Amino acid sequence: MIGPVMIGPSSSHTAGACRIGLVARQLLGAAPVRARTGLHASFAKTGRGHGTQLALVAGLLGFQPDDARLPDAFAEAQAAGLEYEFHDADLGDVHPNSACIELEGAGGERVSLIASSTGGGVIEAVRVDGFRVSFSGASATLLIRYTDALGVIAKVAALVAADHVNVAALVCSREKRGGAAMLCIEMDQPLSPAALVFLGSWPEMDWVRMVRPIMDAGATIGGGDVPILAGTTA
Amino acid sequence: MNAPTPASAWVLEQDCAESGLDAQTVRGSMLGRIREMRDSIRRGLATDAPSITGMVGWNAKGLQGAPDVLNAPLLKRVQAYAMAVNEENARMGRIVAAPTAGSAGTIPGALIGVADHLGLADEQLIMPMVLAAGIGQAISRQMFISGAAGGCQAEIGSSAAMAAAAVTELLGGSSRACVHAASMALMNTIGLVCDPVGGFVEVPCVSRNAFFAVHAVSAAQLALANLESFIPPDEVVGAMAQVGRMMPLELRETAEGGLAQTPTGLAVTARMGGKG
Repeated sequence: MIGPVMIGPSSSHTAGACRIGLVARQLLGAAPVRARTGLHASFAKTGRGHGTQLALVAGLLGFQPDDARLPDAFAEAQAAGLEYEFHDADLGDVHPNSACIELEGAGGERVSLIASSTGGGVIEAVRVDGFRVSFSGASATLLIRYTDALGVIAKVAALVAADHVNVAALVCSREKRGGAAMLCIEMDQPLSPAALVFLGSWPEMDWVRMVRPIMDAGATIGGGDVPILAGTTA
Repeated sequence: MNAPTPASAWVLEQDCAESGLDAQTVRGSMLGRIREMRDSIRRGLATDAPSITGMVGWNAKGLQGAPDVLNAPLLKRVQAYAMAVNEENARMGRIVAAPTAGSAGTIPGALIGVADHLGLADEQLIMPMVLAAGIGQAISRQMFISGAAGGCQAEIGSSAAMAAAAVTELLGGSSRACVHAASMALMNTIGLVCDPVGGFVEVPCVSRNAFFAVHAVSAAQLALANLESFIPPDEVVGAMAQVGRMMPLELRETAEGGLAQTPTGLAVTARMGGKG
């Protein structure tokens, strides 16, 4: 609630937008070369004056919300070889400050993210590749795209426990029985690199991504990012 | 000067438990935020450079340099500090969201303004600021803290409530007085719409932070005199959330109503090439 330290002018339209970009970049797992972003409701209507587009691009480039380069993000994108375009989008019944990012990496990697900026720089990812998810990026989050089969979730949970990582929240959804599925696990720490590699080697796995916390270290108190009074909010 | 209230000590304890950090680290992090706020006040008071739209940029410095006609140095300081932060924000400068960027001047204006008036050290502001964060979190349990979701009441109302509790703690108020200060600040902000000219966080946002920093100090003054909020604090937050849900979309940060739709507001929008 006190924080983040950020480049103005809007915690939801600037800092939150930047964090949405940061999450999208991590989901891609590579440096993005192309980004197509749909802006919903208030993001579309008042985004320009709030630097929303600059902030989204800054996040895609890996800049934090307090990075002094944020106002120059378009020039930085050109230098980094990132092409971007924006359009207005109706994303349906989501928070008015929402965006849909379709991202492409140099190696042909692709991912799509719908996320909302809910105020004070706090964000909520609601869809990844069309699958329903729910995570804020305040803690480490494991995203797994896999083929639905008996026991996959149990195997993943066992691996996470064996890595001494505690699970905070879990959302799972699938296209259809035996079809593509997604598992989204918010955790108290990130999974170890070895566990991630092992997980990715399983035949059911399409891809595995570890989204590291997007809140800067100094953000531990307030920021809305932070768990002040979390004991009563959990 | 004062021992922390049980309320702020409890908030700190909760945060440590959830984050896994020790109290010393969390206090240090908060002191860092207080210094960042101070830096943005300093930068904001030192310049009169206009914002991108040219609607704001000289207000904080202008007020600071003007004669103190009311012979009320605290009032003037609180207003100047608050606007300094929000004018920095409007220039895409570096600020601390508290709880949002549009309302970022209220807490530094009220709390650092009062502290400087009384000659208090930044370390004395740590626990009041921790309490402010706790109040903000308690409000956010019942409503979204964004103008787009709940109107300006959700942003400036929250910041004023947080600041009111912090100033009350700084001046030696009890936990109960702190919470009632927050409640009184909130109940007198209900209904405030978000109608930014051109969609930019400038008009009325910059002057609004000056007004609501003073509003927070007023609430602290009442609470320190043992005046209380007749409607209990949780019910006040519930009422604000209800009003937010009833508020039309045109008055929630879309720049489709209120000041944004005045002839002057529309002229700015047109000059800036469409809605911000």
